[in-house]
Amino acid sequence: MKSLISASPREAAANLAILALLILGPWAALSAGHPFYVTLATKAAILALAATGLHLALGLGGLVSFGHAAFFGLGGYAAGILATHAGSGEALIFGWAGSREILLMICAAMGLALLAALPIGAISLRTSGVYFLMITLAFAQMIYYFALSWPAYGGDDGLSFRRGIFPGLNSARPLPFFWICLGALLIGLAIFQILRASRFGTALEATRQNPQRVEALGIEPFGLRLTAFALSAMMVGAAGALFANLNRFASPSMLSWQMSGELIMLILLGGRGRLLGPTAGALLFVAMEHVLGGWTERWQFFLGLAVLGVAVFARGGFLGLIAGGRRDG
Amino acid sequence: MPGISPLSFALLLEQLLNGLQLGVMLFLMAAGLTLIFGVMGVINLAHGALYMIGAFACAAVAAATGSYWLGLAAALTAAAAAGALIEATILRRLYGRDHLEQVLATFALILIISEGTRWIFGGFPLFLDVPPLLQGAAPLPGGGAYPIYRLAIIGVGAAAALGLHLLISRTRLGMRIRAGESDREMIGALGVEIGRLYTLVFALGAALAGLAGGMIGALQSVQVGMGEPMLILAFVVIVIGGIGSIWGALVGAVLVGVVDTMGRFLLPKAFALAYPPSEASAMGAAVASLLIYLLMAVILALRPQGLFGAPSR
Repeated sequence: MKSLISASPREAAANLAILALLILGPWAALSAGHPFYVTLATKAAILALAATGLHLALGLGGLVSFGHAAFFGLGGYAAGILATHAGSGEALIFGWAGSREILLMICAAMGLALLAALPIGAISLRTSGVYFLMITLAFAQMIYYFALSWPAYGGDDGLSFRRGIFPGLNSARPLPFFWICLGALLIGLAIFQILRASRFGTALEATRQNPQRVEALGIEPFGLRLTAFALSAMMVGAAGALFANLNRFASPSMLSWQMSGELIMLILLGGRGRLLGPTAGALLFVAMEHVLGGWTERWQFFLGLAVLGVAVFARGGFLGLIAGGRRDG
Repeated sequence: MPGISPLSFALLLEQLLNGLQLGVMLFLMAAGLTLIFGVMGVINLAHGALYMIGAFACAAVAAATGSYWLGLAAALTAAAAAGALIEATILRRLYGRDHLEQVLATFALILIISEGTRWIFGGFPLFLDVPPLLQGAAPLPGGGAYPIYRLAIIGVGAAAALGLHLLISRTRLGMRIRAGESDREMIGALGVEIGRLYTLVFALGAALAGLAGGMIGALQSVQVGMGEPMLILAFVVIVIGGIGSIWGALVGAVLVGVVDTMGRFLLPKAFALAYPPSEASAMGAAVASLLIYLLMAVILALRPQGLFGAPSR
């Protein structure tokens, strides 16, 4: 029941429908003359990548981090800072003046996320459960306040920049940029699947289910968890770089606690422990934001009601409703 | 301004009191959170929303009746009622489930309460006057003066801490709370009506948050989103003090309040010794905003269970 192909028939059908919607939807929308939907789909793909990244820690490792906005925002700022230096020609580091290449921005974002995740993870993982949640939230808030009060890269105004470039594609146009983000999401999903099927993933899931037993087998949970936390942060950081490129803006709100909460919400909305759960959650969220937001200014009120309903009644999320049952992982 | 030394004793004392006042606010928040977690094992992200409900109730009732005291009573009542309602209708279904589902449900409650408040009161902040009885300033040793209202807040915090201590150590309810913290199933089996106890504890925690919210309304504007920064600071307090410990909440709250306030006051001055004034204030402010989190990291590195927490697992 683990992979995309060998999932239960109903989940497999749902997975195919989700992927088809993501791949064909924007193309169809553009043909029908609604380019706005391409931007919506791009946002969904990027949020799906971020939520899939968090899912590595939260789903496989059982590490409920309420601080992944830190990595999302750092990724965004990494992209913004590279682009700003490339624009001004001012040296960033060792005489290098940044770059407008999206691929380089993603690498920088992952690097920065890794640098932040290692100390945060090393301290937070000394604890578990609710403590872990509060500490990751606190560290994310620390980075948020630092970004607000550090004036060099915009402070509370955020950082505007021109969208980066990509070899062979005109990334300034909506559809090519969507392909880039969709490609990133598919790579992210593949990484998630490969990791889950690997020895590392098996051991990680075992530490979630029973850390004492894993320890008795001679595996140290701390190292596994820290690795999962760091990998997860890197994927979220990459998504942050793409998100800032989509908006042409790295904003402190990417670092806010609401963003951390939203990422958790996406996973649980779609269905925890399923490969495409976070993706389904992201699609649902963007669709609800668009539909409810067009209908009422107070759409978050109704989003809250829907999420509350999922938390209390539909514990398997959207995919759980379709495929039946609930997954812990 | 010639003749004024940058670090007079009076100024330092004033900042210390400001830190203590922030500490009191944090204690009222953290005590409720830690009580609720201790007894029910629930992490309540909507605790900041209860603080906001208290602030809005106080500001609205005070504006309608002209009486701050009626406003404060309304803050306590509204927050306690909202807390009891949330416990009885929603959280009760989530006890014993994964923390993740409690997190999701209480996160959804933040969205609902914040947006609902915006719906009722509009997007503009409300303001609240200091009650006539507590206006003015009291002289400080060393020549300064300090607002009586802030001193009163510190007094209320001390009284709340003492009251909570007596409640928990001396009363029947307190005995049940302690029993609930050490063995939830057993006190149910012993015939305590556990549903009522849970609602009561939740309402008590909510009332403490509402009290804090009602009091802060006269010092800063009352607006949607004011609760969550306090919630996160209260988390830092709990992490430092140790979860489930009222003493830990008190010590942690005063520590966080004083370190944060003094850092924001002293660090820009310290940087000014080495850098030009404009840069020094920006750098000082940036580093000061990190200080309490660094404190948390250091304490975690030394004592993962917090200063007063029982060793975990």
